Amino acid sequence: MSDKKPISSVNDFVVRFANVNGSGSASANEMFARSILRHGVPVSPRNIFPSNIQGLPTWYEVRVTEDGHLGARGGVDMMVAMNPQTWDKDVAGIEPGGYLFYDSTKPMPSTKFRDDITVIGVPLTAITNSTYTDPRQRQLFKNIIYLGSLSALLDMDPKLIEQLIGEQYKGKEKLLSSNVHALHLGRDWALQNLKCPIGLRVKKSDKVGDRIFIEGNSAAALGAVYGGATVCAWYPITPSSSVAEAFTAHCKKYRHDPATGKANYAIVQGEDELASIGMVIGAGWNGARAFTATSGPGISLMTEFIGLSYFAEIPAVIMNIQRAGPSTGMPTRTQQCDIIACAYASHGDTKHVLLFPEDPAEAFEFAAASFDLAERLQTTIFLMLDLDIGMNHRLCRPLKWDDARQYDRGKVMTAEMLEEGRDFGRYLDVDGDGIPYRTYPGTHPTKGSYFTRGTSRDRYARYSEEGPVYADNMQRLVRKFETAQDLVPRPLQANAERPTKYGVIYFGSTSPAMDEAIGLLEARGHQLDRLRIRAFPFHSSVASFLAEHDFVYVVEQNRDGQLRQLIVNENGIDPVRLVPILHYDGSPITARFIAKAIGDHQDHLKVTPLRKAVS
Amino acid sequence: MTYIAKPKFHHPGLKKNELGYTHRDYEGKISTLCAGCGHDSITASIIEACYELSIEPHRVAKISGIGCSSKTPDYFLGNSHGFNSVHGRMPSVLTGANLANRDLIYLGVSGDGDSASIGFGQFAHSIRRGVNMTYIVENNGVYGLTKGQFSATADRGSKSKKGVTNTDNAIDLVAIALQLGATFVARSFSGDKTQLVPLIAAAIRHKGASFIDVVSPCIAFNNHAGSTKSFDYVREHNDAVNRLDVLVGRDPIAVDYAPGTVQVVEQHDGTRLALRKLDADYDPHDRLGAMTFLQKHAAKGQIVTGLLYVDPDADDMHEHLNTVETPLNALEADTLCPGSAVLDKINASLR
Ligand SMILES: Cc1ncc(C[n+]2csc(CCOP(=O)(O)OP(=O)(O)O)c2C)c(N)n1
Ligand code: SF4
Ligand SMILES: [Mg+2]
Repeated sequence: MSDKKPISSVNDFVVRFANVNGSGSASANEMFARSILRHGVPVSPRNIFPSNIQGLPTWYEVRVTEDGHLGARGGVDMMVAMNPQTWDKDVAGIEPGGYLFYDSTKPMPSTKFRDDITVIGVPLTAITNSTYTDPRQRQLFKNIIYLGSLSALLDMDPKLIEQLIGEQYKGKEKLLSSNVHALHLGRDWALQNLKCPIGLRVKKSDKVGDRIFIEGNSAAALGAVYGGATVCAWYPITPSSSVAEAFTAHCKKYRHDPATGKANYAIVQGEDELASIGMVIGAGWNGARAFTATSGPGISLMTEFIGLSYFAEIPAVIMNIQRAGPSTGMPTRTQQCDIIACAYASHGDTKHVLLFPEDPAEAFEFAAASFDLAERLQTTIFLMLDLDIGMNHRLCRPLKWDDARQYDRGKVMTAEMLEEGRDFGRYLDVDGDGIPYRTYPGTHPTKGSYFTRGTSRDRYARYSEEGPVYADNMQRLVRKFETAQDLVPRPLQANAERPTKYGVIYFGSTSPAMDEAIGLLEARGHQLDRLRIRAFPFHSSVASFLAEHDFVYVVEQNRDGQLRQLIVNENGIDPVRLVPILHYDGSPITARFIAKAIGDHQDHLKVTPLRKAVS
Repeated sequence: MTYIAKPKFHHPGLKKNELGYTHRDYEGKISTLCAGCGHDSITASIIEACYELSIEPHRVAKISGIGCSSKTPDYFLGNSHGFNSVHGRMPSVLTGANLANRDLIYLGVSGDGDSASIGFGQFAHSIRRGVNMTYIVENNGVYGLTKGQFSATADRGSKSKKGVTNTDNAIDLVAIALQLGATFVARSFSGDKTQLVPLIAAAIRHKGASFIDVVSPCIAFNNHAGSTKSFDYVREHNDAVNRLDVLVGRDPIAVDYAPGTVQVVEQHDGTRLALRKLDADYDPHDRLGAMTFLQKHAAKGQIVTGLLYVDPDADDMHEHLNTVETPLNALEADTLCPGSAVLDKINASLR
């Protein structure tokens, strides 16, 4: 039947599930991904969910990757085609030599298939209907049945899946045993009627280690819990809503007073993003650790308040889970497209601190750190995630917390300090770092109060429209921003084996694809030093990296090369030496894309590839 | 958190309140508003109310938006923290501040442009949420600070100083506040200190969202013939439903009120409000009745003033959210951070 040799691969392939939203497939698909992890084989799953196509198709893609490449790969080796509506496109998307798994209960005309793929039909509906009568059960167990069939086809250990089912339905014996039963229905049918295994196989390995599997949004929310956030104000927007939802769930578990049952936190769903950031700023002004989570359109609405936070120096944390813009753009697709919008958010001269976590582990760490930074620097801190990190489960190192760690509440003048006669000037730089002391409202009956305003004022918070007074304050804010450079996470550099004149800069969710691309480029003979930027303002090592290389590629997921613009602007560097590598179609960037774009450019530069000697 | 210190030394002749503070301790900077501006009279009433209530001045947080009215927090309670935030957004900033520390007294000061135009949404939602605050709108029917454009509370048919007639319908913030569930709703007039001072005092003592609409003529842009927010117009059309006295602690009810015309309302914190009723039919516990009463009088061109509605047993946002008694801003890592042992368990559940 096939005129192309079937793909044969162990622990290195991509399976894509095409489903109808709401069919209960999500948990079965996730169980598929998790069960591969239990084989000791890393996986990298991604949800693909267009926002406005009729019938609500959703896809779930699992990259099985013994080598631990957690970026998207591109291409599909096996399609589990459960959605008739997207059938044609799904079938067309399979790699030559790939596999198509489908529900063969109803016969399909041969024109609906392809010659160069292996077609695997399992009569899922027939099996389901002959076993279950309840429509809800039919729907749910159909998913487990295909999971069972796949386990046979891919040579997976059913015990490991049973174990997962056992954990999921702990204490609910009936559900547990019926799920296991359904699993075996599908598995047995495949074993009896199909050639098992196929060319794609999962083999036990030991490449997962102690890593955990978590969504970036949930990790960031947990970081907020650990970082001491007590106020969360938010307005629903994809892909950020699950941050607030996860924060709510975590707080319910970990933040209630054991004696009284009362909440050590407050979460308010605002009427819009203006109210959300307003509440965050009100709470920050009053000494609580507060944050909001949003996405591009929300950032646009918040900008007036962000300027207030900058100028009146009020701590705030904004988690921006980026999605493709402008305007509503592609609301369920990923991009790194709000770099400029956040770095210079608001009118007038403003600059803001941005943090760029690469995965959930860093999302947790940076989220917790952002509250210290916000209070230390008394300004808005942006935690810049994106949909790819935020809404997908990602394998990452376990989360860590040092119990000796105390929160850095920044420069706060207390009643005792005021009593001692300390000079309090709300906008007075006492030690050269540009950061003034603040007082919390209600501190002292006669000392330390001040009037907070977005209008110009002197070092003692007295209203002033004098030019020099205004300029003095603006310069102090620049000094404060310089101080921030040494407080934010530093860039991480990894050098090529051999000295090279070429470098690459990248950040955030591009990380796994970049790491993989380096291998591909090295195989092509290209040597590149890497610098992963983790925050803005840029540490001085960014300038040194630029100085040490003739050409530096800046890889990012937006059209205009926003990080590159920021680097050029902030470092006063010749833009010609910074080569943009841009991916912005809304899908996560891949190693294949990066390696091709950089490789082609290197070839164009007529770099003689330093090919490894063939032994 | 509270730090008790003696108030600064004043002339021994100055009258002191229960806490030993003089009137001056409640004052702020010298006003920069136009001489005669209604807003300055409201400032004076706020000072008076706080003095009479013997509030520790620094335990008040004054929050405002942008406008002439929103500048006034600089002119009272000089020892309190103030926050002149952004135009129309006082309610969200106040809500956030209140979330952070439920122990302070929150005074929100806004204008009609600030609350009925740009900030109409935030006004509505802060009231819906039952934020424990006193929300005062200094209502002059115009944008004073930007020089006299109509605001959304300007009555249809009223004339601007430049002779333009307003053709849009007016928003009555009192009617809206009633509809949204405010648990203390009043209206007054900046020129009527005897009515306004006790209203502010009662609102401060009220737990829950208190709203006071204070008609406050703008001398510069809205005090001419044809304006429905001018001193003359309001004096002529003011229809007070009641006069109020606020009795804190063990004060006896003033004896000069004839029984039958005085209604005593006891609030959560033990304060009693003695309402000398001017309109015999008026019942300040009847939300629906208040709404009808208001509309009927509005149709006759009358501006109803006084305490229009109060729910003495109201609760607030913190009760809705079940937050701890300790202010959230005073919690530290020992309470807030679940620690590494919990994190290890979380990690284990994610494998
Ligand atoms: C976003 C924004 N838009 C416009 C303005 C300009 N502005 C300042 S005050 C004001 C109107 C204030 O009117 P109101 O709240 O009634 O206060 P008043 O001056 O009458 O007391 C306007 C439109 C602003 N500060 N911010
Ligand atoms: S312009 Fe009007 S509102 Fe503003 S200060 Fe002058 S009188 Fe008052
Ligand atoms: Mg006004």
